[in-house]
Amino acid sequence: MSLNPQSHTTGVVDPFADAEVVLDVKDLVKHYPLTQGVVFQKKVGAVQAVDGVSFQLRKGETLGIVGESGSGKSTLAKLLMRLEDPDSGSVAFKGQDFLSVKGEELRRLRRKIQIIFQDPYTSLNPRMSVGDIIGEPFKLHKDARPAQGIRNRVKELLDLVGLNPDHINRYPHQFSGGQRQRIGIARGLALNPDVIICDEPVSALDVSVQAQVMNLLEDLQKEMGLSYIFIAHDLSVVRHISDRVGVMYLGKLAELGHDEEIYSAPAHPYTQALLSAVPVPDPTQRGHRQQIVLKGDPPSPANPPSGCRFRTRCWKATDRCAEEVPELMVRPGITQLAACHYAAQNEDVAAE
Amino acid sequence: MTETTTTSGTPLLEVRNLEVEFRSKTGVAQAINGMNFTLHAGETLAILGESGSGKSVTAQTIMGILDMPPGHITGGQILYRGEDLLTMGEEKRRKLRGMNISMIFQDALSSLNPVLPVGWQIAEMFRVHRGFKRKEARAKAVELMQKVGIPAAEKRVWDFPHQFSGGMRQRIMIAMAIALDPDVLIADEPTTALDVTVQAQVMGLLKDLQAEHNMGLILITHDLGVVADVADKIAVMYAGRVMESADVFEIYARTANPYTKGLLESIPRIDGAGERLRAIPGLPPPLTDMPAGCPFSPRCEFATELCTAERPALREIVPGHRSACHYAEKIYAMSAEGTEEARA
Repeated sequence: MSLNPQSHTTGVVDPFADAEVVLDVKDLVKHYPLTQGVVFQKKVGAVQAVDGVSFQLRKGETLGIVGESGSGKSTLAKLLMRLEDPDSGSVAFKGQDFLSVKGEELRRLRRKIQIIFQDPYTSLNPRMSVGDIIGEPFKLHKDARPAQGIRNRVKELLDLVGLNPDHINRYPHQFSGGQRQRIGIARGLALNPDVIICDEPVSALDVSVQAQVMNLLEDLQKEMGLSYIFIAHDLSVVRHISDRVGVMYLGKLAELGHDEEIYSAPAHPYTQALLSAVPVPDPTQRGHRQQIVLKGDPPSPANPPSGCRFRTRCWKATDRCAEEVPELMVRPGITQLAACHYAAQNEDVAAE
Repeated sequence: MTETTTTSGTPLLEVRNLEVEFRSKTGVAQAINGMNFTLHAGETLAILGESGSGKSVTAQTIMGILDMPPGHITGGQILYRGEDLLTMGEEKRRKLRGMNISMIFQDALSSLNPVLPVGWQIAEMFRVHRGFKRKEARAKAVELMQKVGIPAAEKRVWDFPHQFSGGMRQRIMIAMAIALDPDVLIADEPTTALDVTVQAQVMGLLKDLQAEHNMGLILITHDLGVVADVADKIAVMYAGRVMESADVFEIYARTANPYTKGLLESIPRIDGAGERLRAIPGLPPPLTDMPAGCPFSPRCEFATELCTAERPALREIVPGHRSACHYAEKIYAMSAEGTEEARA
């Protein structure tokens, strides 16, 4: 199985082919145990939240992760932040093992990977002023204290994300949702990170404000050479901002490739169904697009199907799918990585 | 002010110059400021707007479930088959609610009673409104659950709401809403809390049921994609007023309002990556402190002194297409040109 990005780029020019790999994730696994009993807790099973996810992220690149609720995308974010410890697998940050570092060294590395949360209403402490919220990282990382003083740096950051630096003493409730998300972004940027994990950063915002925040994220990326992992359930948003896209289903990557490959020639049946289900804001397309309506709901991650996890809802499934877990790899006729025995391009459902 | 009727006869539902405000100690919020629309049988009207635009308040006012106080209906009429709901007696109105006009809410989990089985909740509709006996009502509940596509309905009729997935719960809400065969169904963000693959299932179900019962459907949403997929006509709301209303094909091809234009340009498209999004600058005005002129003027790239001084009325630009903008003709010509270019 090849994860080298150059090996699957036939036909698609990859501007990041030679860029430095900032994050190298291999076979990441996280299962949450399910227990029974009050005094003597017995393990009766496990929720397989993330089950063998591998990818690389390069400097200046945006990797979008799409998936429905329960697909494990937020658990993946927590693992990459080391807010949760994985059961197995490895994460290397610029060649350094991120999972085994401890103490002072971990604190230093933590600075380089930051996160922006989904809900700007609950992720900011209502009793702290904006200056305190954005300045807090400097209190924890004393050696990263800016030479010009914390307050001046916070004002700079406010200006950078398009907020008025004079509002440094205001409290979160005095800002709108979009402005609060900008505060979250400023806090994420405070320690000059290399990687920012954006966990549904625009999902809670109105459409007209969503565009403002997405443009800001793009500007900051260009200016500071940031790499993003952009997690979202909205496929249009992910396409807009991402260079490469990974599609998750029940804790595994179903398909991984450049956005052109994923959106114009999806090869995994799940990606095809997902794309065909997205309503397009153009009434003239009504009835002209092939729509694959999946039956039922995704199975529980506590009891995933054997073999391919999508097989219970898949129209292509055969006996082989129940027995053999399909690997995420380049398959005949396609250039992206797909975890399906019968992966084949389907342009009928492509989003042009 | 009445809309040109495309379908003959008295409309099923007609809202005329509806005004609603919320009064509190800190001031008066103008939630709805002159809302007008008509709905015919079998038709789907989408009310599109961002949070705070007044779309949900419109739905609550039609249903008669607006909290009063703090809400006050300060003007207008809501005509159901020519009869004004707002002046009707409470007893009569309660009979209409559920029987003739019913509603689906966004969050099915918090709209269903968590301590009662779903079958009981669906059957309640028949017991209360139709005077059915328990057994008959239960049989009806099972029948409805099958109709909305809940597998093993016979077995699951005594399950509680938390035992169902999000999509299934929304189906149960739909079953309750269509139980008494209403003429008007109001769906307030019915798929916002659902995943896309499940959203497609639920929207498909709603469309089928609408066709089968020839219902008038009011779809309240912020999603321009869902609207393009199912609506016949649209009313775009901003800060409590209708900015533009027209046939769905017309509005996406040739908008006559800068707000609609801005919305359409600011959404990322799944069928085309790359280009920078054209965001609408600024924020909607607070409802307690509305600008004197056009509510969109502080964010509008076409705004002039006229716009800040005088509030534009909703007027007809071409037959069936209304816009509340002083420069509607100009915007209309601009976007018509843009569409021609895109086609060429």
